Amino acid sequence: MAAPTDATAPIDHPALARVKEAFRDRRLRATQFRGQVTLIVEPADLHPIMQFLRDDAACTYNFLSDVTAVDYLHYPQEMPGRFAVVYNLLSHDRDDRLIVKTFLDPSIPTDGTEADPALFVDSVTDIWPGAEWTEREVFDMFGIRFRNHPDLRRILTWEDYPAHPLRKDYPLRGRGERESYRVLDRTSS
Amino acid sequence: MGIETALPTDVMLTTQLQRVINWSRRSSIWPLPFATACCGIELMATACSRFDLARFGAEVMRFSPRQSDLLIVAGRVGIKMLPVLQRMYEQMTEPKWVISMGACASTGGVFDTYATVQGCDQFIPVDVYIPGCPPRPEMLIEGVMAIQRIIDEDRIPPKGPDGKRVPLGIAVSPNYTPKPQPVGLTVGS
Repeated sequence: MAAPTDATAPIDHPALARVKEAFRDRRLRATQFRGQVTLIVEPADLHPIMQFLRDDAACTYNFLSDVTAVDYLHYPQEMPGRFAVVYNLLSHDRDDRLIVKTFLDPSIPTDGTEADPALFVDSVTDIWPGAEWTEREVFDMFGIRFRNHPDLRRILTWEDYPAHPLRKDYPLRGRGERESYRVLDRTSS
Repeated sequence: MGIETALPTDVMLTTQLQRVINWSRRSSIWPLPFATACCGIELMATACSRFDLARFGAEVMRFSPRQSDLLIVAGRVGIKMLPVLQRMYEQMTEPKWVISMGACASTGGVFDTYATVQGCDQFIPVDVYIPGCPPRPEMLIEGVMAIQRIIDEDRIPPKGPDGKRVPLGIAVSPNYTPKPQPVGLTVGS
């Protein structure tokens, strides 16, 4: 674990140098917290950069630990976008982790389930097949859709659930989904 | 039973048919364990040798609702699980009884979210509630004994002085006195 560095110190990570060299004309940003480096990419650049991170001989992030997302609504700090899709990469060869984030801003109200053209990113299931279920979970909980995903269905809630429940504008106790069942009494069965 | 050793071999006892039926039903309760959380661990412990639910004739856990007559809801009920629970209750043959075991099954417990049913008694009939998080096996045995007392009274004419049923008096009073609250902090400055 590297010593905590102040926010203005240059981030020294070998994979970042390789990515910057290979993608000179793209907008790349990075943050560091307690030795953990996060690379922030534009949604359109996500797929080629992920492919590069897995295949490049100096990166070799052969394992995708997790795909998740964050809703930064009402976050106390100014963020580059409302939603962040977070990819947790691990290289078994070099015992090294890298977080890749991409930020998305919705273009329509977020209280429904209709497809928002701004909330699309490219699926990485063709790079790491294990991303299939985690991307389905991100879709289910946040409504972020993945292009070229082989089977993008809900995975935790049911098919016609009327919301994406981990969005921050969805009430914690739901909108009555937990009360809308038929009631069995002693005579009806 | 032991009674036959105290009586002559050619003795005849007279009773009501309903009392014999109730006696046989109460002595061979076959529970259906609907164990979805940590209450199910206590339920398993109850059936094992230290607590030995077999002493009450209720040790034959049946995993088919058609073979069981006591549904023990042990654990939180998710919104996707409730239709399954209702279906299993409907598939049980009469007569049937239901125990709601633990805080989550009875009230939702700490899981006051969109994904958890706030008490299975909103949607299926419940005979006995067992408090606790999770209840100890003694508490579950107390609940099974309460079910036995309910079965004892099944279709027996009321015995109360005014022609009504005598309350079963099943509720167990706490065996401790709560201390006054709130109390002062003992840590910090």
